[in-house]
Amino acid sequence: MKIALIDYGAGNLHSAGKALMRALDEIGVTGHVVLGANPDEIASADRIVLPGDGAYRDCREHLAEVDGLEDALNEQVRVKGRPFLGICVGMQLLSEIGEERGETEGLGWIPGRVVALDPKARHLKVPHMGWNTLRKTGEHPVLEGLPFGEKGLHAYFLHSFHLLPTHNTDLLATADYGGAVSAIVGRDTVIGTQFHPEKSQKLGIALLANFLRWAP
Amino acid sequence: MTLKTRIIPCLDVKNGRVVKGINFLDLADVGDPVESAKAYDAAGADELCFLDITASHENRGTILDVVRRTAENCFMPVTVGGGVRDVEDVRALMLAGADKVSINTAAVKDRSIVGRAAEKFGAQAIVVAIDAKRVSGEGEADRWEIFTHGGRNPTGIDAIDYAVAVADLGAGEILLTSMDRDGTKAGFDLALTRAISEAVTIPVVASGGVGTLDHLVEGVTLGKASAVLAASIFHYGTFSIAEAKAHMAKAGIPVRLDGGYA
Repeated sequence: MKIALIDYGAGNLHSAGKALMRALDEIGVTGHVVLGANPDEIASADRIVLPGDGAYRDCREHLAEVDGLEDALNEQVRVKGRPFLGICVGMQLLSEIGEERGETEGLGWIPGRVVALDPKARHLKVPHMGWNTLRKTGEHPVLEGLPFGEKGLHAYFLHSFHLLPTHNTDLLATADYGGAVSAIVGRDTVIGTQFHPEKSQKLGIALLANFLRWAP
Repeated sequence: MTLKTRIIPCLDVKNGRVVKGINFLDLADVGDPVESAKAYDAAGADELCFLDITASHENRGTILDVVRRTAENCFMPVTVGGGVRDVEDVRALMLAGADKVSINTAAVKDRSIVGRAAEKFGAQAIVVAIDAKRVSGEGEADRWEIFTHGGRNPTGIDAIDYAVAVADLGAGEILLTSMDRDGTKAGFDLALTRAISEAVTIPVVASGGVGTLDHLVEGVTLGKASAVLAASIFHYGTFSIAEAKAHMAKAGIPVRLDGGYA
């Protein structure tokens, strides 16, 4: 299995690459992770992963700056239906509009907006930073067997904004932080996690393994 | 479902080597920061903090190598601080694999670096490290000032005003060290921790002075910190991460007990 991990100058590629290799081990499939933004490499990949650490606008600009990258992603994911995973800002970029530091247009693959977290309880700090458990709000092969709920495993969050999908059916899991925080979204062959699976130890590897097993 | 209180061990790194390393485990190389990071990852630490105390800017490459190797070997979030002078230093650390970068003296000299860095990397990645020292005398209202150079140089800047200002500029977290308590094992400066935690709407990490597990609890219950940082009690094996978490859980603080992925 070939996994394209998109390098557009906005992400923690080392951890994500390592975690994907670990997930390959987990499912007993031989494969490799290719770092880069080369359209040919993306075209021949079985899975595409878009990480993202940073501000929405800045990451969006980086993505647009790489020649041919967006066209290649659109072709492989939207037209050919290649399974795609967006992580953190890589997930937020799936939205139509991001509101971080002014409005920025996203990829528009998942209808919705990325808005500032606004926890109801006054003592809750923003960013939402640290380990939280997840609540399952939808059904999806990538969620299979993951330990959700209060007694479930923890995911590592590090963000001030989150994606609010227009369609409830696109929201697959939430975390509770003075209200529901979007944690996992999915539509068609696209899935996104607000938390960092590459930093979320057992839960993260289990989710990545599911993503690699998923054959939509 | 609740966000858990984080426990963060901090390692001092000089020229790519750990200064006060873990000395209770049989690590193959006690001075290797990556070995220590792996040990804390397996032990269930919630984040790791590297403080680069390399004196010369020419040797900055050593910390980048440490961060890169840690990111490749650990599934654990890492904050890196020390010697960050400009946005390019932040970028280099982020691309090497840091999840958050902590800025100290550079922000005291010119606060605009906080906003510039947050614009590029998002508030969630930008930590401002504040070294504060009590300057009010006996019987006076509490007052703390920012000090630089390991607590030697006063700046005249009020610590609370400064914390509020950097949070407004876009800092996503404050790493607050009491220079009065650092290294004393007498516990956090709880009045300072509480004053800053209540003044800002971003998370505050309490640091400086931890000697017992009760100190960690107090930092959260009385100091209102979102996370607690300690160094020697963990490196010297006085307490393990698991013991610290069990103690905090017993005190009613929500902690993550499923950590560790060796």
